Parts: sequence; structure tokens; C-alpha cells
Amino acid sequence: MPLSLILQYLFSGITAGAIYAVIAIGFNIVYNTTGIINFAQGEFVMLGGMIAISLGGFMPLPVAVAGAVAITALVGGLLEFVFIRRMKNPTVIQMIIVTIGLSILIREAALHVWDEKVHSLPYFTGNEISSLRIFGACLSPQVLWVLGTCAAVVAGLSLFFTHTAAGRAMRACSADRIGAMLCGINARTMVTLSFMISAAIGALAGCVISPITSTTYDCGTSLAVKGFTVAIIGGLGNSAGAVVAGLLLGIVEAFCISFMPMSYRDVVVIAILLAALSLKPSGLFGSSASHALKEF
Amino acid sequence: MRRLSFACFAAAIVVVQVATGLTGTGYLLTQLTMAAWYSLVVVGLCLLMGYAGQISLGHAAFFAIGGYTTAVLSSVNLLPAKSALPVRALSAVGLTIGGTDPWGSAVLRLSPWISLAAAMIASAVVAYGIGLPVLRLRGHYLAMATLGFGIIVYRIALGTPLFGAADGLSDVPSFPLFPGLCLDGTRLHRVSSYYFSWFVVLAVIVLIVNLIGSRAGRALRAIHGNEAAAQAMGIDTSRYKLHLFALSAVIAAMAGVFMTHYTGGIGPGETSVMKSIRYVAIVAVGGMANLWGALIAGTVLNFLSLRGLFGTYDDAVFGAVLIAMMLFAPDGIVRKKRI
Repeated sequence: MPLSLILQYLFSGITAGAIYAVIAIGFNIVYNTTGIINFAQGEFVMLGGMIAISLGGFMPLPVAVAGAVAITALVGGLLEFVFIRRMKNPTVIQMIIVTIGLSILIREAALHVWDEKVHSLPYFTGNEISSLRIFGACLSPQVLWVLGTCAAVVAGLSLFFTHTAAGRAMRACSADRIGAMLCGINARTMVTLSFMISAAIGALAGCVISPITSTTYDCGTSLAVKGFTVAIIGGLGNSAGAVVAGLLLGIVEAFCISFMPMSYRDVVVIAILLAALSLKPSGLFGSSASHALKEF
Repeated sequence: MRRLSFACFAAAIVVVQVATGLTGTGYLLTQLTMAAWYSLVVVGLCLLMGYAGQISLGHAAFFAIGGYTTAVLSSVNLLPAKSALPVRALSAVGLTIGGTDPWGSAVLRLSPWISLAAAMIASAVVAYGIGLPVLRLRGHYLAMATLGFGIIVYRIALGTPLFGAADGLSDVPSFPLFPGLCLDGTRLHRVSSYYFSWFVVLAVIVLIVNLIGSRAGRALRAIHGNEAAAQAMGIDTSRYKLHLFALSAVIAAMAGVFMTHYTGGIGPGETSVMKSIRYVAIVAVGGMANLWGALIAGTVLNFLSLRGLFGTYDDAVFGAVLIAMMLFAPDGIVRKKRI
């Protein structure tokens, strides 16, 4: 395989992997504050892309993206406020079923609000054919936007969780919910906030990826499964692990296409998920001892 | 009590058939028969979710394994290999069927009884293979792992020419069950297929009710109540869960086989994630550990959906049902009986 081709696969793998990492971080944020996996996480990505495309029809692109992120964050907060909060002492199975139900409703609402067609945002800089050449491989400027955004999200979140009062309060809730409440932290508000943040970063990912992969009403499920795979391999709740695992998975997936049919791509990813779940469910970087203490 | 619900249900089946016959709405029996096959999957899943407390978001995959196995095996033309020993042996015991294909040429096919057996064995093998590592997981991990398994089967069905790729397989021959009883979607066999489908559903329910009442059933309820306590009592929890997973997979595959012969085809849509989630939704409506509730919910919701009553909101209805059930009545709408 020539160097230019290897680089080409590498770039496409890193692009997809960065998006998976952001989705996995969205899973982690909600998991850390609530202990649940939000199966509707992939739908936030779809909503972000779709809303930005609609808003982009009558306002400049940066404003449309900001608007899409804000609206999706509101939707995320609202879902928590209206549905998740109402559940009294839910079991894990009940939480899974509710978030699956929500993801179906969001998807079907999107089908009726928009349509079943393929939409996409315009390229942020340049257009479909503008590209940078690196060692014979072509790189779309949009890839740089994706990588830059993902890096900014990771950096921004780590600053948020270490240097702001709200971020530290959220970490307190994930470490010990009752202890945090005794210190005067409103744990319920923190849960709502975690849904809003994970919805917002999902929507942002949905916007930057839309010019490359385009957006359809049902693109959320496969993104959610891959994001979850990344979250597991990186260790559930571990965001630095998610970045490494995301890039790894993206690259593996990209190279798979070089020797097997495109339609089997998801099979490889999910086979990796099943292998990871059965061999080392605590993830590449998680410790088995702390995993054994977790509530599932 | 159990005998009473059984008799009521059997009576309802007869009453519905007579009523449709008298009012000239016999076409409704087609959807009722299809609803019966789907309800069979639901009953099997209810056993797994309600009694062993294990969620499966991949049960449509087992239905599809059954359907695709029989669609492939029962459509193979054995005529070129007519004189080979295995084919002659099968013919001698009546397990091949001669006939003509839709274009009028003569064919020799395997009896669907063989493909039914093959489908059930295949689904059991897959269930044990996938269940052995996966059933050690709990909660979210188990849900995601079974969901992932479902997506793998969907992708394979969608991407493999043998399974007809996106078009699925059609022209599956009818299933001659016994002399004079044939399972297919023609008008001639509508009433007999209807009775046969509900006979199978009730037979499976009798089997499950007996299982639940046995030593194994008590062990399963102990697992659901508190797995650690059950283990401390000497119950081999992982073995019971695995067997139950395989049993519900085999039931789903059986439903897939009969459905495929009834409708004459199967497509990748039957394996989709949404189908699996529908089965879970119906079990949730019926009340997790309530076989009759699951059966009634399965029949009604599938019948309405197959009649197209929900229109373009078909999937949305099931999503809304899931949320409403979990928020307002996590134990189901049909009153939970004492087990």
C-alpha cells in the first residue's frame, strides 16, 4: 500500500474517530453524574446537524451552528426535566427503555419535521473539491475543522470540570451524590446540566461532521453504537481514554474498508465492541477493581 | 386461574374466526395470523425479560435467523443432485417435495420440516455462542451487547447476496405441515393457517407455564429477585440464564420460520433494531413477568400496526408506548397476577 494511500485512510480514520470520541464523551458526562447510559445520545448529533441546516437557510453559518447547539442543549435539558426526573427509583432496565423510547421519538419527530432525504451543511471553508495536499494524500479543510472542534471540546471540558464551580460540583456529584448534596450542591440541577452539556457537544459534533458525512434523520443509532463502543474501550467515564479509543477505532474502521465490503464496516466495529465487553469490560485504561464496584 | 385464562383465550380465537366468517371480514385473519407469529417472539422474550431479568435488544436477529435459514434451505433445488445418496435417502422418508417453480420448471425441494429443525438448531447454536460471553454482563452492557449482535445480523443480511441483500428473499414455498394442512398466505389456507398459528402460540405458552412452575422456574425467579442471594442458595445462575436465553431464541427462530412460509418471503427489515425494540416495548406493555399480558399486548399492537392504523407514526407509537409505560406503569397495564 503506497504511503499516500495509507495517509489517506489515516486521515479519514482520524476524522471519524474524533467524532466518535466526542460522542463517547457525551455518554461519559451523563454516565458520571447519573450512572445511566443515554441511548438518545446519537440523536443529539443528528438534531444538531438538522437544526443548523434549517437555520443556515436564513442566517450566517456561525450563528446557525451556535443556534443549533443552544437549541439542542435546551432539548437535552428538557428531556431530563420532563422524563428522566419523573422516574421514581428506576431500575437500570427501566432507564434503558426510557432513553431508547426518547431516541425513537426524537428520530420520528425529525422525520416529520424535516424529511427522509439526505441533508448537509455547506463546507465551513472552501467547498467539496478544495483540498490540502500532504505527502500525496488529500485533506479537506473541513477535516481540520473537525479535529480543531474536537480538541477544543476536550480542552474546554477539562477546564470546565477543573476550574469552574459548576464543573467541580458535577464531579462531586459523580464521586458521591449524597455527600455532594450534604455540601449544598443541588444534584438534580447538576443532572439537568449534564444532559445539556452532552447534548450541546453532540450537536456541535453533528454540525462539523455534516458537510463530510451529511445528515439524515436516522443517522443517530449507528453513531451512538460507535460512540458507546469507544466509551467502553476507553473505560466508561474516562474522557481521556475516550479520545485515544475513538482515534484507534476510527483508524481501524478506515483500514477495514480497504479490504472488505463497505456494508460489513459496522460488523467489524461491533465485533470489537462484543470482544471488548466480554474480555475487558473495564476498558483499556480502566482498572478491574474499580469496575467491580460499579452498579452493573 | 391459569386454566381459565387459557380457556378464555382459546374461546376468543374461535369467536374471532367465526365473527370474521359471518361478517365477511375474513381478510382480517391474515393480519391476526401474522400477529400470532410476532406474539410468539414476544412470549419468548417475556420469559427472558420477566423471569430471568435479562434484557435483549437483539431478538429480531433470532427471528431473522429462523426466517432466512428456512428461506434459503427450502428454496434449494435438489433436482440436479437427484441421484446422490443423501437426496435419495431424504426422498425415501418423504422429506423432499417435488413441484414447480413460479416459471413452471420442475424442482425438487427440501421439506420445510428439515429447515425448521435446522433453523432451531442454528438459532440455539448462535444463542449459546453469543450468550456465553454476553450474559455475564448486566444492565447497560448487556443491552448494548445484544443491540450490537442485532446490528451485526442486520448488516450481514443486508450485505450478503445469498440472503438477497436489500431485497430479501421471496417466493419461499408453502409449508405442508400435515396431509391436508398447509401453511401459506393463500385464501384457501387462511382459516387453517390461522388456527395452526394460534395452536402453536398456545402450545408454547403451556410449555412456558409448566417451565415457570417447575424447579427451574423457581430458580429463575430467585435470580430475578436477587442474583447474589440466588447464587448463595446454590443456584447456578449463569447456566439458567444461558439456557433461558437459548430457549427464547429458539422460540423466536421458530416464529421466524413459520412467518416466512406464511408470507412467502423475508427481508432485512425483519432484523432491524427497531423490530427488536418493538418486541421489548410489547413485553413492557404486557407487564414484564406476565405471559398473558404480553400475549394480549403483542396481538393487539401488532394487529393494529399490521393493519396500518398508525400510519407514518408506526415507530413513534412504539417509542411513546415505551416511555409512557416506564413513567406511569412500570409493571404493565394488565394487572399483575400472583405467580
